[in-house]
Amino acid sequence: MAPFLTADVAQSYPTGPSVEVRMELPGEGVTVLFGPSGSGKTTVLRVLAGLERPGRGRIQFDGVPWVDTAAGIFVPPHRRPVGLLFQDFALFPHLTVAGNLAFGLRDLTPAERRRRVGECAAWVGLAGLEERLPAHLSGGQQQRLALGRALVRRPRLLLLDEPLSALDGPAREELRRDLGRLLKDAGIPALLVTHDRDEALALGDRLLLMAGGRIRQEGSPAEVFSRPGDAELARVLGVGTVVKVRVLGPEHGLLRVRAGRAELLAPDPGGLGSEAYACIRGEGVALERAEPEGAATRNRLPARVAALERMDGLVRVHLECGFPLEALLSAWSCEDLALRPGDEVLALVKATAVHLVPAKEG
Amino acid sequence: MDGQALFLSLSLAAATTGLLALLGLPLAAWLAFSRARWKPLVEAVVALPLVLPPTVLGFYVLLAIGPEGPLGRLLSPWGIRLAFSFSGLLLASTLFSLPFAVQPFAAGFAAVPLRTREAAATLGAGPVQTFLRVVLPQAWPGVLTGLVLSFAHTLGEFGVVLMVGGNIPGQTRTVSIAIFDHVQALEYGAAARTAAFLLAVSFLVLLLTYGLRRKEAPWRLF
Repeated sequence: MAPFLTADVAQSYPTGPSVEVRMELPGEGVTVLFGPSGSGKTTVLRVLAGLERPGRGRIQFDGVPWVDTAAGIFVPPHRRPVGLLFQDFALFPHLTVAGNLAFGLRDLTPAERRRRVGECAAWVGLAGLEERLPAHLSGGQQQRLALGRALVRRPRLLLLDEPLSALDGPAREELRRDLGRLLKDAGIPALLVTHDRDEALALGDRLLLMAGGRIRQEGSPAEVFSRPGDAELARVLGVGTVVKVRVLGPEHGLLRVRAGRAELLAPDPGGLGSEAYACIRGEGVALERAEPEGAATRNRLPARVAALERMDGLVRVHLECGFPLEALLSAWSCEDLALRPGDEVLALVKATAVHLVPAKEG
Repeated sequence: MDGQALFLSLSLAAATTGLLALLGLPLAAWLAFSRARWKPLVEAVVALPLVLPPTVLGFYVLLAIGPEGPLGRLLSPWGIRLAFSFSGLLLASTLFSLPFAVQPFAAGFAAVPLRTREAAATLGAGPVQTFLRVVLPQAWPGVLTGLVLSFAHTLGEFGVVLMVGGNIPGQTRTVSIAIFDHVQALEYGAAARTAAFLLAVSFLVLLLTYGLRRKEAPWRLF
């Protein structure tokens, strides 16, 4: 598909590193812009929304130039058909829920406006709360109000800046599911900025990995997380193993899943569909030469050592056990085991070290 | 009591406040949001009346609006005479009360979270819409303070009025001038009554303002 939005922009700051980004967005689905804080993700979002003027570059949206610094073109934010969900939601404190939703609908007749506001309030689960002020809403309700306010105008592109970071506690996973459902319903292309791996996996169709002000890698979320381009990116992603799994069913209070040719047991986080991602931290994987006596570890996977990667005091062991698995050992225990590439070993993965994240359906 | 002088003072205060709302709100918005390099220059000019003696300001206004002054010459072909008239007084007190209006306005605007202005922009509101629908409603305590201060400040003005307006009953003889006249003539009784009235009006206006501004359970007007 032809790109819907192309951007090639550069922004430099008197303090801190510059941002230089070349990217394309497709006309559908959720693209995740992933990176550590300070990598320039939010700057990209603000430049796309028009809240910041790039030092130089061009942005083309569906054939319309938004920015062309060479030609002196700059479309101001209020003329771009973009919805932006701010990290802190930026609700209007002096307006009610209905007033916030209606803010961007001035061009409609009052009757039509009322209809759209009512529809939208119901859609984001705020029906009956139309006369409340934002200060009297819960964090999750505020987030949904901000999302409804951005979408009620039917923008052609939705930008989300760390939409779940202001929320915490046990409700966060549920809110993430709600957000995923609403984004799917809305059916408009979205760019979502996050530094949270679970969020990226659960919500993204595509992933752009950003580090040091540049986009360094792109692909499906699982692809990028399981095959970082280089050591620096692996560190940025901060993961051991990420593998797509098929959920088989519950077993003794755990969940049995199939990963490639192997099977794993993991705690059930709830709310999974038939597919999920299993995230396994390297520290949670132990290696043995022979079957240990009386070990209670649930997941015992025959594996072959593919490669060893030494870092100060630690060794990252790349294994093949029906899916690529990564173990993090101390150099000492690695020497005890006398590991060589090609060796056959037993990988022991504690069930609690396997973290399941819902995969995006479809 | 000096009914005529009192009426004149209240009219002058009301007209000045109205004019300051008209001119001061856009000026304050510019001061609060502009990133122009010469903004400090404008800020300094706006604040000048705070430190200048009223007589100095009155002197320059008088020069400007006198028959030989630039403003006086500009307006005389239309038969408009500003010196020693109510309009001249209005001009002078608007200038003199400018910081009392503009500074609270600008402080109120600057306290409005930037995010909410940006949110308005992404929701299709241009700068004017954003100002009217997002900034003003959130900054109303600052706006109210500015308006009340200009009103009260104009009501109590003496030096500028004396310089620019003189002492013409019904035209430029305001309450504060009347009180001064009474004292000069040793009519302490009349001076005391008028002074007490002015004190009461000023106090009530300020009390009402602070009552409305209360964060917890503000007083309702209706």
